[in-house]
Amino acid sequence: MNALLQVFPVALRAMVPITLAAVGEVFGEWAGVVNIGLEGIMTLSAFLAAVVSWATGSPFLGVLAGLATGALVGLFHGFISVRLRGNQIISGVGINLLGIGAVGFGTWALWGAKSPMLDRRFWIPEVPGLGVSPFVFLTPALALLTWWLLFRTALGLRVRAVGENPMSADVVGVPVERLRLFAVVYGGALGGLAGAFLSLDWLHTVSSTLPAGRGFIALANVVFSKLNPLLALLGGFLFGYFDALGIQLASVAGLSGAVPYQFIRMIPYMATLLVVALAIGRARFPKALGQPYRRE
Amino acid sequence: MRAILESLLALALGVLVGAAVMAAWGRDPWGAYAALFTGALGNVRALASTLSRSLPLVLTGLTFAVGARAGLFNIGAQGQMLLGAVVALSCGLLSLPPGWHLLVALALSALAGALWALPVALLKLTRGVSEVISTIMLNWVAHWLTLYLVVQKLSDRVVGQRTFTVPMGMRFPVLQGELTWSWTVSVGMALFLFWFLWYHRQGYEVRAAGLNPRAARAAGISVSRAMVLALLLGGVSAAWAGAIQVLGRFPYAITSDLANLGNLGFDGIAVALIGRNHPLGILGGAFFFGVLATGAARMGLRGIPLEMIQIVQGVIVVAMAAPEALRLLRRLRARQREVVPA
Repeated sequence: MNALLQVFPVALRAMVPITLAAVGEVFGEWAGVVNIGLEGIMTLSAFLAAVVSWATGSPFLGVLAGLATGALVGLFHGFISVRLRGNQIISGVGINLLGIGAVGFGTWALWGAKSPMLDRRFWIPEVPGLGVSPFVFLTPALALLTWWLLFRTALGLRVRAVGENPMSADVVGVPVERLRLFAVVYGGALGGLAGAFLSLDWLHTVSSTLPAGRGFIALANVVFSKLNPLLALLGGFLFGYFDALGIQLASVAGLSGAVPYQFIRMIPYMATLLVVALAIGRARFPKALGQPYRRE
Repeated sequence: MRAILESLLALALGVLVGAAVMAAWGRDPWGAYAALFTGALGNVRALASTLSRSLPLVLTGLTFAVGARAGLFNIGAQGQMLLGAVVALSCGLLSLPPGWHLLVALALSALAGALWALPVALLKLTRGVSEVISTIMLNWVAHWLTLYLVVQKLSDRVVGQRTFTVPMGMRFPVLQGELTWSWTVSVGMALFLFWFLWYHRQGYEVRAAGLNPRAARAAGISVSRAMVLALLLGGVSAAWAGAIQVLGRFPYAITSDLANLGNLGFDGIAVALIGRNHPLGILGGAFFFGVLATGAARMGLRGIPLEMIQIVQGVIVVAMAAPEALRLLRRLRARQREVVPA
């Protein structure tokens, strides 16, 4: 029982990447673009955030580098899916593979190790007096901001129009391609923040498999949220709790004798499957989701 | 014709970006590629190694392809491959009359692969869960399950770095160097799926369901049954990729870090895309990645890490996402031609 309560501080951290990446993806999907390359975006930006923090000694610049990396990869994915009207799913898989390859190559080339540990100097400092990560506050704020943007501003209305019926939007003069690009870049940037958080704030290392499926858990969270950023925050807590449970229980001494360590590590993935299967009703996604728009 | 051209262009782009990365890192890319190709194709032994490494990629490529033909994005080959490998290996513990081990191992491994694919189908059809999410989650569960079995249950007490080795009677006989008779499984499966998809009614239904589910439904085809079929066939194929990697290739065991099973499942995605989700194209795509994998070992000797290959692979997949890039280039050239005379 005590162990279950001790999970909460870890869950507060585990919630961050799953929520941030999901909230960004929610924004992109409203505009009609699916990006299943979240895992790769997180891998790449975790790496570059660590490199910049390590090279400049400023974790803050590291976070900015992570953000920029995510935005750039988002732009790249947007270029392929919006401008070139490519297959969004294949592009996303390619980004995931590129993330594994480039980061594996990069860590090896820079540090000569598969998963080098980051020195404490390069970590993001905790909020003074509270002992928690600033991301614990930043994440709900960004979820709220994204919700407000989507449902309370003219920009959000246009983004949603572009995802639902790009032709009508085009007819009334809404720039379809530009808005879609913007939405994917916005989503990528949040994924980049999630990556920077992973390396600089939580796990303090980089490797080619650092997100360990969290990019895909974030996608499950997008489905769970029915494209509502505030529900994605709730889902982030839920999925994050199971993620933390897997980490925390693995270190409880008495338990690891009774239940093999490897089974405990399955918890987040099993829980994700279960939650997605039980989430009631199918979400209604924008009509033009995944479809490139071609002006006739 | 255009399809082949696009595939070749994507391959070339992957190789070029790989060269650029190596050059930026201060290595000689062309020397490295020369080493790669002579290392992979230079002599009979090298060629045997290349073919041997291509064989499991054919099978995981087929997994993705048969799913794609049914309109699915099945990226579950990785987990099914791992379980197929560990189940095939475990059959070495059974006491069976001589000569039966290999067949039983293949049968049980196929069963494991199909069973691991079944929840994907059920979740998709009853709960509307996207196969992209369910397969990735099941891949991770399979990863930890395989690791548990390999480390805790099947490990070799003396060597420790790997499981016990496959008993001689359960191995595929050697054909030449690293190449064993396991090629019959890969080529057989490719030919079977080619026949199935193009010359069998149910295979036709799979393709119809993928091309246009609404029209297929109107024609009285059960789209759900086509999806289940494609997922189960894919599970069997991926499981056999793991099985032949263990039963038909050195070290005839699974290493404790699962390194000799590697990313065979994920590599199959690129193979299938290059092969245009066609069983015969996949034979070619798998051979290309076999060349990369064998040659990479040689490049490794020159101080170039194996991850280089994954970069090349990622670029190729991204390039395959946007076939219009090629058409765009052509259109730009055409436009230039229009502008010049004026």
